[in-house]
Amino acid sequence: MTVIPKQVPPVLEVEGLCLAYDDGTAPRRVVQDVSFRINPGEVVALVGESGSGKTTTAQSIIGLLAANGRVERGSIKLNGTDIARWTDRQLQTVRGARISLVPQDPGNSLNPVKNIGAQIGEIFRIHGALRPDEIDRRVISLLERVGLSEPELRARQYPHELSGGMRQRVLIAIAIALKPQLIIADEPTSALDVTVQKRILDLIDELRAEYGTAVLLVTHDLGVAADRADRIVVLQNGRIQEQGAASAVLAAPRSPYTRELLAAAPSFARPVSRPQSEVRSSPPGVEDDIVVVDGLVREFAGAGSSRFRAVDELSFRVRRGSTHAIVGESGSGKTTTIRSIVGFDKPTAGRIVIDGTDLSCLAGEDLRQFRRRIQLVYQNPYGSLDPRQSILQIVTEPLLNFGRLKRVDREAKAWAILTRVGLPEDVFARRPHALSGGQRQRVAIARALVLDPQVLVLDEAVSALDVSVQARILALLQELQSDLGLTYVFVSHDLAVVRQISDTVSVLRDGRLVDGGTVSEVFEHPRSAYTRELINAIPGQSRRAAA
Amino acid sequence: MSAYLLNRVGQALFVLWAAFTISFVLLQAMPGDAILIKFQNPDLGLTAQQVAEIRASYAADSPVFVQYAHTIGKFLTGNFGYSVQAGVPVSSLLAAHLPATLKLATLGFLLASVLAILIAFLSSLTPFASLRGALQSVPSLFISIPTFWLGIMLIQIFSFRLKLVPVINPGPWQELILPVITLAVPISAPLAQVLVRHIDDVMTRPFVGVARAKGANRQWILWRHVAKNALLPTLTIAGVLFGELIAGAVVTETVFGLNGIGGLTERAVGSQDAAVLQAIVVLSALAFVIINLIVDLLFPVLDPRLRTKIGAAA
Amino acid sequence: MTTFDTLHEETAADARRQRQGQRSRAASTLRRVPPGLALSWLILATVFLWAVAPSLFTGYDPLEGVGGAQLKRPTAEHLLGTDALGRDLYARIIHGAVHSLTGAFVAVGLGLIVGTGLGVVAGSVRRRFDDAIMRLVDVFLSIPPLLLSLSIIILLGFGTVNAAIAVGVTSVAGFARLARAEVVRVRRSDYVEAAFGSGGTFVSVLWRHILPNSLTSVLAFASLQFGSAVLQISTLGFLGYGAPPPTPEWGLLIAEGRNYISTAWWLTTAPGVVVVLVVLAANRVSQSFGRAAA
Repeated sequence: MTVIPKQVPPVLEVEGLCLAYDDGTAPRRVVQDVSFRINPGEVVALVGESGSGKTTTAQSIIGLLAANGRVERGSIKLNGTDIARWTDRQLQTVRGARISLVPQDPGNSLNPVKNIGAQIGEIFRIHGALRPDEIDRRVISLLERVGLSEPELRARQYPHELSGGMRQRVLIAIAIALKPQLIIADEPTSALDVTVQKRILDLIDELRAEYGTAVLLVTHDLGVAADRADRIVVLQNGRIQEQGAASAVLAAPRSPYTRELLAAAPSFARPVSRPQSEVRSSPPGVEDDIVVVDGLVREFAGAGSSRFRAVDELSFRVRRGSTHAIVGESGSGKTTTIRSIVGFDKPTAGRIVIDGTDLSCLAGEDLRQFRRRIQLVYQNPYGSLDPRQSILQIVTEPLLNFGRLKRVDREAKAWAILTRVGLPEDVFARRPHALSGGQRQRVAIARALVLDPQVLVLDEAVSALDVSVQARILALLQELQSDLGLTYVFVSHDLAVVRQISDTVSVLRDGRLVDGGTVSEVFEHPRSAYTRELINAIPGQSRRAAA
Repeated sequence: MSAYLLNRVGQALFVLWAAFTISFVLLQAMPGDAILIKFQNPDLGLTAQQVAEIRASYAADSPVFVQYAHTIGKFLTGNFGYSVQAGVPVSSLLAAHLPATLKLATLGFLLASVLAILIAFLSSLTPFASLRGALQSVPSLFISIPTFWLGIMLIQIFSFRLKLVPVINPGPWQELILPVITLAVPISAPLAQVLVRHIDDVMTRPFVGVARAKGANRQWILWRHVAKNALLPTLTIAGVLFGELIAGAVVTETVFGLNGIGGLTERAVGSQDAAVLQAIVVLSALAFVIINLIVDLLFPVLDPRLRTKIGAAA
Repeated sequence: MTTFDTLHEETAADARRQRQGQRSRAASTLRRVPPGLALSWLILATVFLWAVAPSLFTGYDPLEGVGGAQLKRPTAEHLLGTDALGRDLYARIIHGAVHSLTGAFVAVGLGLIVGTGLGVVAGSVRRRFDDAIMRLVDVFLSIPPLLLSLSIIILLGFGTVNAAIAVGVTSVAGFARLARAEVVRVRRSDYVEAAFGSGGTFVSVLWRHILPNSLTSVLAFASLQFGSAVLQISTLGFLGYGAPPPTPEWGLLIAEGRNYISTAWWLTTAPGVVVVLVVLAANRVSQSFGRAAA
């Protein structure tokens, strides 16, 4: 523990906090005996996976627990005053003025029918902090301060006219408007692209230094915590596993859970030396590219008669048995590309050859037969499984579609593959909603593999999962690849994951290929400035540099 | 924008034409003389020459599609044919009955809106869960009451038991009190339900959390953030409400013996007066189409998301 | 080593435990049913029994009056009083249930079958056929439901079944619209695409995924329409376009009671209360379906 000198009273002191939700009959305890403190100007990161109680803890501090949530025990002291049991009316004087919030999802956190200026100005009106005629000027200067160009125009615009990063800047402007002592930033960047994420975190850092505000940073990403926090509090299942100075926690974690998290976090993983040699060693001139994409173009009808090019002259090749990553931020055309590869979308121009079959000549029954060879695993394991089918039904269905097997054989095969992906037998008869996210993604992988495909396309297949679950799924994928000789096309926005598991990579921006080659080439000698920017934006740099 | 407008108006005209065709098929495509025979009923007191005029105006001796084209032409010029029952042009019947219905419907709709807004906003402002529950169950009760029975109950209670509203020779406004209430209750129910649902829905949106984090209290949030977001989608049920209003007017006017379009409709069905009913159907479809057109054109004005973008969103 | 016997015992114990578990789960589900919902089911069940076996509930004839017992107030002998011809009102309400229920079932059945059929076809075939069906739906929605019902009644004539058809036709457009929206929603889901991706043919995907997932809310809507159909049929009965007198249809009962509004309040009050209760119950039950579907 760091020793805090007596003369600096903490801004926030949470002690023995227990929080519970009332679900019908019995209260469900979600936060158990949590204690930590935040000193003025300090950044404390609350780190944990989903269900760890980190967001609930943060909500309780600003008095915004859901209607069925309540503080069971403990105190939340703001400058020495316990506000844990304050009424809503009392808390209203504190919210916005002394504690403020930067929310999780900038997309929905601004009122869609009010303009930006009104929404920032509102906080002055609520607290009666400024004379009405001063508000407009103050709003403009705040917009300028958070780095928005043309602040006068922005004040008149509506949220839908701004990008996600710009909206988050507006929300930060609201949070700093009354110079609070504490800003709670609840996953402030998890909905944003990595490059935008870095800029937003830089801005929060800068403002903290300028105003001396303390920041409580709630995040699932140890990398972000490592880069930004002075101290780290690690939560699991509502209990504190470990807390201390960031450097100490990261360098010498004491709790096994923290060690597990650190091991799972792809941003800390050293570039793995994959057994790539055999893949690459095939003699030159011998064609063993199982996926060939050549001059792929996909246009969509834009506004009026204009055409929008989602994918523009994209070419790459994937060796049999290797993993090829397609990397890009939102709108880079990566999703369109893979939909063409698996045959869901017809490209405007270009050629796609999968295992010697040219996709453009396929239609109807031929296309259906082709689907056995290439399978897609979706990003969202909640939406890609039919809620009304049992797990066994989901996995036997592809076999039924190519029905050459008897019912008993189908079920035996599904049974074998479900066991292979590490699912316990007692879930086979259940429906998807009874399974966790990681389990569902295993089901989706089993469904894809049951047809014995050669190529598996993974569309952000681990992005929605917690890091420890993500690490286990990635390990499973690597195992399956070496056992079954699969080829992966792995789509991701997360460069850390990409570096960990792939052999070759294509970096996409605005539908164009900006960089490509083996992972070591691209990561160590990026050719484009954009790739460099992406690599620099990977959180957790500070720790890697230190290590 | 103008392309959108043209497209929208074109759609409206199509719906109108198709509604006319459906009503023609349902109501007039029976053998022409079946209707016209009724005009020869001596009770109507029409002269032979008048009957011949009516026959000509229906193009009764031509094939069905000629009648169809003929009738469309007539409708476009505001000639809706003759009432079998009254032997007078339908248009003059409508003109005579419209004012009473307009008055009733306007007042009923206003009262319904007031009721709905009161129910929705009070239930979301009240700190007491029991009152909230009670207020929110009002619409589901209202929606389950047959309009005609409500009217009868009101007469029974207020006119016969409490003798508050006279039945015989009431004043022009007195006679409207009970009908307006009767009409407002079934209209207010769907309106309140939609409002309550949208308010609850908007209340859970993240921007409301942000407003609370700014230190705003419940009233502030309800009026400045939730109200407009919840009222906007309510506009989309305007057309449905209009249909309810027509149904309510027919029943209410029948129960209270008011002499409006509703009463006219009821009598037209009773005497199988197809021409009158067809005119009413087509005019209602016209009103429906206009209401929806207005709502669609109003939306971009009220909702900034539907306006064209001002600046680049980079 | 586990012997056969112990294994057998274990499985038997397991099965017993499971059965007990199921029983207690069923009991706790029953206990968790809100009282309002339980009451609603009770009301609907009672009315259903009225329709099926009215003689179980009353010995009076619904059509033949008792001489000298005209316009009697509710008493122990005549629970809800008698009408101007000395007929027992309670008996008439019970015998009227069959008219309202059959009417509502015919109306909802018509809307459900025709409307859902059109909607599912529009949603799955798409393109031109979809456009044509949905334009037609728009047109039907543009005519106020009551006026549409009345037009059909003019065409078909008065009567219980005709009134039911007239009410059913007005709900076709609503069913079609909902069914199409649901089909389109389900079609867009990842699991439908995944089903095509794993080699599903159009028919198999439609049958295995699209229909089961889209019809849940259609069924919830159907149960909601049931209450509304009871209301509309009673309205047509009241206006005199449904079953002819002396049929004890509920709307008609209220219409007949109107003539004695100042002297015999029970004649209008009682059947109206019954209608309100049935509609409330139907709506409450459909609401619980909707929640289960969500």
